Amino acid sequence: MIRADNLVKTFGDFTAVKGISFDVKQGEIFAFLGPNGAGKTTTIKMLTTLLKPTSGTIELDGLNPTLKQKEARRRFGIVFQDPSLDNEQTAYENMELHGILYHVPRKVRAERIETLLKLFELWDRKDDYVKQFSGGMKRRLEIARGFLHTPKILFLDEPTLGLDPQSRNQLWTHVKRLNETEKTTVFLTTHYMDEADRVAHRIAIIDHGKLIAQGTSAELKVSTNSDSLEGAFLALTGESIRDESASSADGMRQMAKMWRR
Amino acid sequence: MSAIYILWLRELKRYIRSRVQIISSLGQPVLYLLALGFGLGPVFQRAGNGSYVQFIAPGVVGMSILFMCVFSGISILWDRQFGFLKETLVAPVSRMQIMLGRTLGSATVATFQGLLVFIVCLIAGFRPHSWAALPQAFLFMAMVAITFAALGTAFGSVIKDMQGFPIVMNFMVLPMFFLSGAIFPLANLPTALTVITHLDPLTYGIDGLRGSLIGAWHFSFGLDLAIMSVIALAFLSLGAYRFSKIQL
Repeated sequence: MIRADNLVKTFGDFTAVKGISFDVKQGEIFAFLGPNGAGKTTTIKMLTTLLKPTSGTIELDGLNPTLKQKEARRRFGIVFQDPSLDNEQTAYENMELHGILYHVPRKVRAERIETLLKLFELWDRKDDYVKQFSGGMKRRLEIARGFLHTPKILFLDEPTLGLDPQSRNQLWTHVKRLNETEKTTVFLTTHYMDEADRVAHRIAIIDHGKLIAQGTSAELKVSTNSDSLEGAFLALTGESIRDESASSADGMRQMAKMWRR
Repeated sequence: MSAIYILWLRELKRYIRSRVQIISSLGQPVLYLLALGFGLGPVFQRAGNGSYVQFIAPGVVGMSILFMCVFSGISILWDRQFGFLKETLVAPVSRMQIMLGRTLGSATVATFQGLLVFIVCLIAGFRPHSWAALPQAFLFMAMVAITFAALGTAFGSVIKDMQGFPIVMNFMVLPMFFLSGAIFPLANLPTALTVITHLDPLTYGIDGLRGSLIGAWHFSFGLDLAIMSVIALAFLSLGAYRFSKIQL
């Protein structure tokens, strides 16, 4: 369903992703783990047409997303690391807008919005502005939105960042259910090893732009002689702490906090 | 088409829902109208140019449209920051459609704001020379709105954070307003200023608006319309190009 072959991305003289290859099967939940700055988000951006790979090939459902951008985009949904909702519109309007951008026919759209909002327990709040939602509700809405156009693949980039255990739990329950009922292939990144352990069928670990291990959670534990996935992860990636430079968007976000807009 | 429509609708909803913003953005034009219109009125009259309120009202309407357009364009920055921009950029629609939806939305909102300011001008004592010329004035308002909404989109696509905003305001938008003949007549200016005013795209929009509303043209209906059309096309192309280059 997702195939990456020798994928490379360089920014100037910095190589963020250094020739990674992997293959995700249809209906699989695939976790992509790595320390900060390892190249996870860059890889997701390449897979979702937001960045062009410097070299290497990608195949999504048999399509090359660099060449057939629009067709590829219809086939996947994405939940970004940071929120991407329109705060000034209601939950329903956000769903509606997404449905229209993804060419979901009107009748199907209305039905699917209702089903998904009910499933994610947001139907009672559908006419409230998103800016009044808590972090957990916003995340649920984003994931519901990601499923709206019945994508074959759903990308989740650290979807549980900043959520309490209750919300995280519930979120993964829903994702798992939709993965089973709609056969959606899920590609996720997270820093919570227990989540990856519980949800993912297969796991890949990336560090310094290279894939350093791949396999089921059990396989990774055995190969590193650890009793937990976290232990395996630390054994593979080391204990040192990575620093990422802040982007202009981070600066803006801080400004916005100051202005409370 | 539906993508353009839904993004256009979003701009409208945002405008209608922010009543505070509507009222606060009326403040500046009202200030210009009162402080300049009535403050400089006696001097203007003594110089033999007639009523200054009559003269400046079309300029103030044009100004409110220009500012509204630029603020809407800058909202791309907020959308970038709050992430909504990404949602539209990964959707299976072309950047062109997204850009057009946004730009036409800001243009519609700005035209509406211009109409509101026009009503304020009427309350302040402004009278058009003929009510029949209103559709023609509306045409110029819409053209100014589309032109500068496209320019606003270009600005919003180029600058990456709010620090860039004062630069745009002080070096692009304010000069464009002050040097457009919005607040002074274009006749008998020093040569340098004549050249600058003729290079300012807003000049032709304001002249069209003023000509339609009070019947005093510096250029002519045909010339203003022709030049505004060319500039609108140029800025729309520029906006579309810059928007297509946005990297997240």
